[in-house]
Amino acid sequence: MLRHGYVTAPVLGALWMIIVATTVSVAMSFATGAAFRPSVIGALLLGALLGVAALHLQSLRTTPALGVVATGVLLAMGVGPAVTGIGVSFLSLALTALAIGIGFGWPLARFVQDMPTGHLTRHEFEGALIQFLMATGYIVFTAIVVIPFYVMVMTSLKNQAELIQNPLDFSIDLSQGWGLFRSYIELIRDFRFGEYLWTSFYISVLTVLITLAFAIPGAYAVARLRFRGRALFSRSILLIYMVPMIVLALPIYIAFSMTGLRNSIAGIVMIYPVTTIPVALYMLQGYFRGLPAEIEEAGLMDGLTRLQVIWKITMPLSLPALASVSLYVFMIAWNEFLLAFMLLDDPSKFTLTRGIASLNSSEIPRQHLMAGSVIATLPIMAIFLGLERFMTKGLTAGSVKG
Amino acid sequence: MPDHTRPAGPTTGPTTGPTTGPTTGPPAATGPLARREARLAWSLLAPTLFAVAAVVILPLLAVFWISVKPVQLADLRAPAPVAREDLRGRPEAAGDEATLRYRLRNSSQDQTISRVALTDIWTDGLTAREIDPRCTLEGSHFRCNFGDWEGGYRETLEIPVIVDQAYFDNGTDVDATAVILTGDAQSVLTSNDFTLGNFRAIFDGGEFWSVLGVTLFYTVFGTIGTLVAGLFAALLLNHSFRGQGILRGLYLFPYVAPVIAVAFAWLLLLDPFSGSLNALLVQMGVTGAPINFFGQKPLALVTVTAFEIWRYFPLSFLFILARMQSIDTDMYEAAEMDGASPFQKFWYLSLPMLLGILSVLFLLRFIWTFNKFDDIFLLTGGNAGTRTLTVNVYEQSFALSNIGAGAAVAVVIFGCLLLFSVFFFKFISREEGL
Repeated sequence: MLRHGYVTAPVLGALWMIIVATTVSVAMSFATGAAFRPSVIGALLLGALLGVAALHLQSLRTTPALGVVATGVLLAMGVGPAVTGIGVSFLSLALTALAIGIGFGWPLARFVQDMPTGHLTRHEFEGALIQFLMATGYIVFTAIVVIPFYVMVMTSLKNQAELIQNPLDFSIDLSQGWGLFRSYIELIRDFRFGEYLWTSFYISVLTVLITLAFAIPGAYAVARLRFRGRALFSRSILLIYMVPMIVLALPIYIAFSMTGLRNSIAGIVMIYPVTTIPVALYMLQGYFRGLPAEIEEAGLMDGLTRLQVIWKITMPLSLPALASVSLYVFMIAWNEFLLAFMLLDDPSKFTLTRGIASLNSSEIPRQHLMAGSVIATLPIMAIFLGLERFMTKGLTAGSVKG
Repeated sequence: MPDHTRPAGPTTGPTTGPTTGPTTGPPAATGPLARREARLAWSLLAPTLFAVAAVVILPLLAVFWISVKPVQLADLRAPAPVAREDLRGRPEAAGDEATLRYRLRNSSQDQTISRVALTDIWTDGLTAREIDPRCTLEGSHFRCNFGDWEGGYRETLEIPVIVDQAYFDNGTDVDATAVILTGDAQSVLTSNDFTLGNFRAIFDGGEFWSVLGVTLFYTVFGTIGTLVAGLFAALLLNHSFRGQGILRGLYLFPYVAPVIAVAFAWLLLLDPFSGSLNALLVQMGVTGAPINFFGQKPLALVTVTAFEIWRYFPLSFLFILARMQSIDTDMYEAAEMDGASPFQKFWYLSLPMLLGILSVLFLLRFIWTFNKFDDIFLLTGGNAGTRTLTVNVYEQSFALSNIGAGAAVAVVIFGCLLLFSVFFFKFISREEGL
């Protein structure tokens, strides 16, 4: 029954219109702060009608155009796929019509492309359905990923009063110029976030260096050398990083309290690498195993010692893996929260994550909290996007760790 | 685990086939070469072994030790004798009488400190008129032996002195040199005092089972949700189109961003009073009144599980996508020829191929979700029915100041973990061996 052109097209059209109208309403609400909401009945009817139209038109140009016009007219009449509150500017109405029309029309035209008006084969039906589901998937995933970050960034640019007045209004007043960034300026000036940024940075770099210094020889031994207990060892590495941090944090807290290492950067730099060495070792030994042993043997023949072989042959060959591991370890150290939270109390020694935790109080406005979050997120994102190739590899390789 | 999950399986590294095993020396078991190789291996591993022993094995043993000790947070500071020194009587001119006073106490209320001794260097210009029999004064060196102090012991030691001109000349205060107090105290941590009270405390009442139930809900649904969302995301991105790279990078954001940043963003977004999501829901007419996502009993657990899924789906998506891209396309073409529909291809071809990676991911994520602490701690602090075992460790140790009970919970977690890992290794070794 469903597999009939005149049934499938309007049904997909109606459902798709609901999704598009909701998405655009949410987006417009978040962008302007004005009241937009989808109207279910209007969306269903318009969607179904346009579905039939698209089936007939079979055009990637005319269908979106028709969508824009129809949505525009209905919106102006106030019954359309989305309804707005009072006082919404003409510009945002036009924008809504355009967004719904194109966002609806173009994908719909793709869904029903080459769809016959009569009975559908299973292939045609499932093809259209899959395209619909995929389009929905893109919207849903992108929305849930983007919205929290959008809220984070936009909140950091506003002030408390504006936020409480209308939590939806994320429009920013560009005329303020640099005043827009006052939360950031205050954080760096009054809350020492500049220092925290630097502390986080050098702790992370030190963690990477120490981790590599321990993990490279260890990984080489596990990958290349034969000794009794090797199999057991390479397995127990995995076991170690399944021990929950909180279980270890408790005795570490006690030991550090007793030895005076609590509240010191040295203590943090001692602890962080140990949490990352097992992961790094595991990742590296996997890579070392894939390297050809012949080159190393040639090096040994030429009179190099094992250590020289590691230094002069294995390490240069595994630079990409070292980059992945370094990035991954850097990310873990940069994002680490629990240990920093438990072990650091002195505001002059905070890392960024610990600094953000200290902003979480009712006396400090929320935009400061979000500005702090942005300060912590931006560098790692920038590194991540810049070196995505290595990062992705590092993530897949090391993500036995959560 | 399949090769592509390593930084460089054969696909990315220089490929000359798998080469494991020794590169030098005959395979003799105890030849000198083999022995030298083993020695080298151990010396290369030694730093790692040492570090891991110091930060993983020792703390684990410590957790077991503490879990059977009656330790409170306050006991972490070992009992110590404390002294304050001052000069009473306001001497104004040479020859005035005054009292040098030491206020002494035992910092602990219930621990005894034995062989307490005091050493101090007196300022010039003070002459003692009379000295406590327990003390001696040699030149400016003042020493006392007090013997044992009970818990909560307090004493004020007063020494009448005559103030000379020298005191006013040098102008220093009596407490310019610090009083040194020594004594032997036994910390609860090292005593022979054992108890099972910690375990009794955590298993008592229905609380433990509700905590365990919450943990299981969070773990099971968090894991399954992560896998399902990851599978969907991977299906979405298993096509090449313009912007695929950007979208893939974008979908990894939740995992790459610091947990504290995204947790606070969620808290803000879902805030019942000024949260944008609630404002949106009310405006769209989905709900009449704002929903308290993190404060209501059953809902808070669902919300933190949703956060867990949101934050970790990128990971499973990455794994699954990598596996999908390594599936041979010939198979799909053959199926296409045979008239398989898209859903049939997914169900009968892709899914079985993905089953291996899905089950490995399931086990890993299961263990890791079980171990997760930061997320719930930041979102709800374990309130509103979201207290998992790991949060309970923190709660018992620091909120209730009962370190012993916290350690006992940690032992329980560790027990569960051992159970999982036995299962894990049994399964993994069957599943193409990690």
